[in-house]
Amino acid sequence: MEDNKYIIAVLVANISGVLSRVSGMFTRRGFNIDSLTVGETESSGFSRITISFHGDRDIKERILQQLQKLHDVREVEVLNANETVIRELLLIKVRNKSESRQDIMTAVEIFRSKIVDYSPTALVCELTGESTKIDAFIELLKPCGIMEMCRTGLVAIERGENCLKTVK
Amino acid sequence: MLISGARIVVETLIEQGCDTIFGYPGGQVINIFDELYLASDRLTHILTAHEQGAAHAADGYARTTGKVGVVLATSGPGATNLVTGIATAFLDSVPMVAITGNVPCDLIGRDSFQEVDIVGVTMPITKHNFIVKDINELADTLRMAFKIAKSGRPGPVLVDIPKDVQTAKCEFEPKTQPVIPYPIVYAAENKLNKAAEMIDTCERPYIYFGGGIITGKASEALIALAEKIDAPMGCSLMGLSAVPSDHPKFLGMQGMHGHYASSIAEDEADLVIALGARFSDRATGNKKRFAQNFKIIHIDIDGAELHKNIPADLAVKGDILDAIERLTAMVEQRNNPEWQARITELREEEKRRTEASLSHTADKSCESCSVPCAKPGVPASQKLTPYDIIDIVSARAPEDTVVATDVGQHQMWTAQRYPLKKPRTFLTSGGLGTMGFGMGAAIGAAVASGKQTVLFTGDGSFGMNLNELATAVTNDIPLVVVIMNNGVLGMVRQWQSLFFDKHYSNTTLSRKTDFVKLAEAFGAQGIRCTTAEELKAACAKAFSGSGTFVIDCAVDCNELVLPMLPPGGSIDNIITDVK
Repeated sequence: MEDNKYIIAVLVANISGVLSRVSGMFTRRGFNIDSLTVGETESSGFSRITISFHGDRDIKERILQQLQKLHDVREVEVLNANETVIRELLLIKVRNKSESRQDIMTAVEIFRSKIVDYSPTALVCELTGESTKIDAFIELLKPCGIMEMCRTGLVAIERGENCLKTVK
Repeated sequence: MLISGARIVVETLIEQGCDTIFGYPGGQVINIFDELYLASDRLTHILTAHEQGAAHAADGYARTTGKVGVVLATSGPGATNLVTGIATAFLDSVPMVAITGNVPCDLIGRDSFQEVDIVGVTMPITKHNFIVKDINELADTLRMAFKIAKSGRPGPVLVDIPKDVQTAKCEFEPKTQPVIPYPIVYAAENKLNKAAEMIDTCERPYIYFGGGIITGKASEALIALAEKIDAPMGCSLMGLSAVPSDHPKFLGMQGMHGHYASSIAEDEADLVIALGARFSDRATGNKKRFAQNFKIIHIDIDGAELHKNIPADLAVKGDILDAIERLTAMVEQRNNPEWQARITELREEEKRRTEASLSHTADKSCESCSVPCAKPGVPASQKLTPYDIIDIVSARAPEDTVVATDVGQHQMWTAQRYPLKKPRTFLTSGGLGTMGFGMGAAIGAAVASGKQTVLFTGDGSFGMNLNELATAVTNDIPLVVVIMNNGVLGMVRQWQSLFFDKHYSNTTLSRKTDFVKLAEAFGAQGIRCTTAEELKAACAKAFSGSGTFVIDCAVDCNELVLPMLPPGGSIDNIITDVK
């Protein structure tokens, strides 16, 4: 069975419960979500949910059809990875030890990360980028002692003029 | 006009064309019931014995009329008691609006008395649901609920109304007309052209239709298509009553307990035209084996059904009536003599197999049986078979009688055997398979039609919601309840017989319930029948009488529903006889 990675952008009415409806549909129908992010849009009436998942084309089609059936869903679009800016944000806290500090600094510099908090025992790095870049950065910091981390999941927007319509 | 939220609920229901609703009062809907009291000349409320019965009654009302059924219940347990009824309507695409009260907004989320998050609970089993926290949005939300319930593929919508929204006041202007559904989606011309081409070039077309034909009012169009392309038709359980049972092109229900001829014909076809159906596992059997030999055209109003269960060679989204009519205009008139000859053979084979199977069950002796049942001392030759019961009742019931069923063996026997003539005359829980559906549904149907309604049930299913006898009697509802009483939970027992080495775990009821006395205790008339003659007399009495009748028919617990495709099995494993 083919296994593709898909990113879809879902424009929904900004109403309480809408995230449950969307995520609940995935659970109920047995579809797996790799990541889900939700946030405001340029229009106060709408929120935008970015969902990444993997599966074959049939699964993708079924997900699109089921999403379109939800009353609060206004627009669903599969984003073409080649024509889309995809970003994820990482905040990662590592031990601040003299023996590993230089390794951390080098990684931060090469990955164009930022140190956003510095204390005698710990430091927090911020990194944005595509998921693979973030994975690599985390891998590099592992030996330095990761204390905790959080990732946002993907946000994605098409290059050029194409937009998700906010008015149906 | 400045009126309360409770009154807005009642006025909006009337505005939307409701004449009857079903429900049960409680603390958080007292205000709405107060308004129902004041508006009782314009809107009838039928009080049931249990909220589940009310939900099934609203469902039965909707299935009989095609209108939106409405059910009203209080918060907490009142609301959760609706859940099975809502899920039943959801799985069978029945338009319904369920209204629940809830605790006042400032008590929500605090586990207040009789508080439950019914919007959260019913999210997966409604088309959509709402909680109204602002009285200014109440009327339009209710209107939207009706719009969603009846648009496209219908379904249930729940509106949860906290108590303080019912007591608040705001301006209300009734609309002059009920909401109109969302615009119809029409099938794409190029897809229908392709479908016509596939039909014109196939050799053995077979039409598989479902409940969409009834919802889409497409019965006549369907028959015209079948006749023009000379195709046999079979249907899912939900499709029953869409075409007359005795139509020469109709082979009956297909699938797990479907007719031999329709299931085999489908397998031997080279093109299956699926119309308003969803390829449920009960209709297809094993998906891997299904559709090995034929191509599929699938037309449905719900795009999410296309390719969901079975991938189609051509999938068309659109209104079923419009699609069938346009398709019929495109295809060539044809005859398929060889295919029809094969269909005739299959029909004869089916008849032969049915007779063979029936002759075995008639021979079975009850003498060594330890199951206590209602038929001691009846000679085998005089025993009532399930088909006898259906034949005797159907011969005596008026032709357009609405027939409801519960769930189990009796349901399948009725589905196989009862001669249906008109759409919306067969009410059964197809998708969810809800035992206990029948009493409520039959009450809803009788209220909707104003005519005597027949319920076929089993002693198991009847036991689940027989409290609704009280509703039927109190409201003088014309109802004939025919219990196929075999003393066991027959359908599960059948699986235990065939696949679990006759380990009859918890399917032997051994109950001492006397259904005749029980009927009388509720104020209904009870009649016990162990022979055909007794049943004929009982029917004569019931169909010439009024009110609620309970006819308790003794059935042999060894009777099986045949044919049967074993669970997970396919057409190759069809069982038509068990010796």
